Amino acid sequence: MIEVKNITKVYKTGDFENKVLKGISFSINEGEFVAIIGPSGSGKSTLMHILGCLDTPTTGQYFFEGKDVSRFSDDELAEIRKRKIGFVFQAFNLLPRTTVLRNVMLPLIYANVSRSKREKIAKKAIIDAGLKEKHFYRLSNQLSGGEMQRVAIARSLVNNPSIILADEPTGNLDSKTGEFVMQTFEKLNKEGRTIVLITHEKYIAENAKRKITIRDGEIIEDITNGISKSVQQIKE
Amino acid sequence: MFITDLLEESYSAIFANKTRTALTVLGIVIGISSVIVMVSLGQGATSSIETNIESMGSNLITIMPGFQRTFSQVTSGRGSAQTLTIEDAQAILTEIPFVKNVAPELSRRYQIISKGKNTNTQVIGTVASYQDIKNVVIDEGSFISDQNVLNQAKVAVLGPTTRDDLFGEGANAIGETIRINGINFKVIGITKPKGGSSFGSQDDIVYVPITTAQKILAGVNYVSTISVQIQNSKLMNQAKLEITNLLLQRHNITDPQLADFNIVSQQDIIESASSIINTMTILLAAIASISLIVGGIGIMNMMMTTVTERTREIGLRRAIGAKKSDIGLQFLTESVMLTFLGGVIGIILGILISYGITFFTNTATKTSLFSIILAFSVSFLIGVIFGYWPAQKAAKLNPIEALRYE
Ligand SMILES: Nc1ncnc2c1ncn2[C@@H]1O[C@H](COP(=O)(O)OP(=O)(O)OP(=O)(O)O)[C@@H](O)[C@H]1O
Ligand SMILES: [Mg+2]
Repeated sequence: MIEVKNITKVYKTGDFENKVLKGISFSINEGEFVAIIGPSGSGKSTLMHILGCLDTPTTGQYFFEGKDVSRFSDDELAEIRKRKIGFVFQAFNLLPRTTVLRNVMLPLIYANVSRSKREKIAKKAIIDAGLKEKHFYRLSNQLSGGEMQRVAIARSLVNNPSIILADEPTGNLDSKTGEFVMQTFEKLNKEGRTIVLITHEKYIAENAKRKITIRDGEIIEDITNGISKSVQQIKE
Repeated sequence: MFITDLLEESYSAIFANKTRTALTVLGIVIGISSVIVMVSLGQGATSSIETNIESMGSNLITIMPGFQRTFSQVTSGRGSAQTLTIEDAQAILTEIPFVKNVAPELSRRYQIISKGKNTNTQVIGTVASYQDIKNVVIDEGSFISDQNVLNQAKVAVLGPTTRDDLFGEGANAIGETIRINGINFKVIGITKPKGGSSFGSQDDIVYVPITTAQKILAGVNYVSTISVQIQNSKLMNQAKLEITNLLLQRHNITDPQLADFNIVSQQDIIESASSIINTMTILLAAIASISLIVGGIGIMNMMMTTVTERTREIGLRRAIGAKKSDIGLQFLTESVMLTFLGGVIGIILGILISYGITFFTNTATKTSLFSIILAFSVSFLIGVIFGYWPAQKAAKLNPIEALRYE
């Protein structure tokens, strides 16, 4: 469903070139639950921004459902994010002093979904994300961290995305609520959602069926259900 | 993005911080309301002058003495020529076909005494046709008649204010005697009030036959003004031309530059008065608009702060699919909504203040649809102009950096 081929990302600051991604290739099929792990600064977030069409690679190709989006314009990328991608961030990024329902409905505004449908879709997503009806009209800043993150998950679900990208979704949570959020992802994956999860904590990655490890901008390991692809295979 | 959503998003963003919004909008409110007040004061003045001038009679041409020039081309003073006569007036009536009526007049101020009370007032010596030309309405008794003029009758028609001054408010004065400049006159009529005028009250006035005014009161042969009523307002310019030619010929003047009279039509007076007031209105409105610009800068300042504060929100909106243009449009809508809100409140406040001015100080004000539409468009424009830069700033934010912004 998505495939990256030899992707690089170079940040230039003055004369200094920072090669953050050094030729990354892999593909993710529908229904997979992939954890991308690696130490801090290895380029995980950079990769996720490219996978999420927030950014484009310096070189290499990125096929999203068969289309090479690596040279798409800003507006074309926005269109893909709108229709196909759901984001969950470490910092939740909810609109403050706004109800849970409105927060979750936000993506539907940009997708021109009619007002009557929005509420139905959003309410279902909130329940799917493991929250209750009593949360609908609570203000976002009156929720606990775990609840906030599940609101963010609900928000990532409303446009029925092909893929959900989560960048350290448990990073701001204690391990117990983090576990709760992970269960939510697992449940969603069982329901058929494709999920890519970024983390640097090994135990979080245990929930995923497939683990891709990056170090210094390169994939060093790609394990599916305990079976490792060799580095050679990865390079291909 | 539907327009209703755009408005709703902007609306809820604006009202998230009510105090700041209120303070920012206040600048626009003050600017718009002062523009409204200035324009309505100006238009009120224009229209009150217009009605005043129109109340003096319609299709009117006024001939006044001009500079009397000596051979050395030195003027002997403004309007000092003593060459206009009753015969000139008569000639205009008989020789120019579309002249409906003429009324020569000689006006001077005199001391008037009656039963110990006295007043100093304008005394107009004139003829019967004056009543028709100048829309003088008689309340009691009658106006000066042709017979009175022929006889040099010592009769007087009083304005209501003069009557009140001399005989007491609303008192019956018909048949009473007044002394003008020491000469006894019999009161034969009282005029109806015409209302105040910026050019001196037409209610504080005494009318006498012109012959009496010339021979008995002033001892002169000339007149101070000739009012000419034209049949049709379309003929005004032609009438002015023909009257000029006739008078030049009668006064033996070959060079029109040296004319010893001035011809002013009513339109000329209205036009020049309105143009003075318009200039003043524009000046005042321009001063008021400075406060609008200050208000606009306040809006820009607030929008800049908002964009910075909401950087993460902007990042999020971009991540869930908002285009650059969606973000730009939202912030532009917010600033226009702010200025529009300020505009609406400012217009209401401006109208209320205008009413207040009329109510408490009796100064004429007139709020026109034009000034309201102008205020609306100006507030809209200010929102666009001062919101454009912050909106651009918001739209240009890099979504990744925006999402990470602390
Ligand atoms: N906009 C940028 N300009 C320059 N360098 C950048 C930029 N964004 C990221 N980098 C650099 O790229 C490298 C990888 O960053 P990235 O955020 O992808 O790491 P990460 O694996 O997500 O780390 P962490 O686990 O700490 O989140 C870092 O060294 C960072 O300094
Ligand atoms: Mg990261």
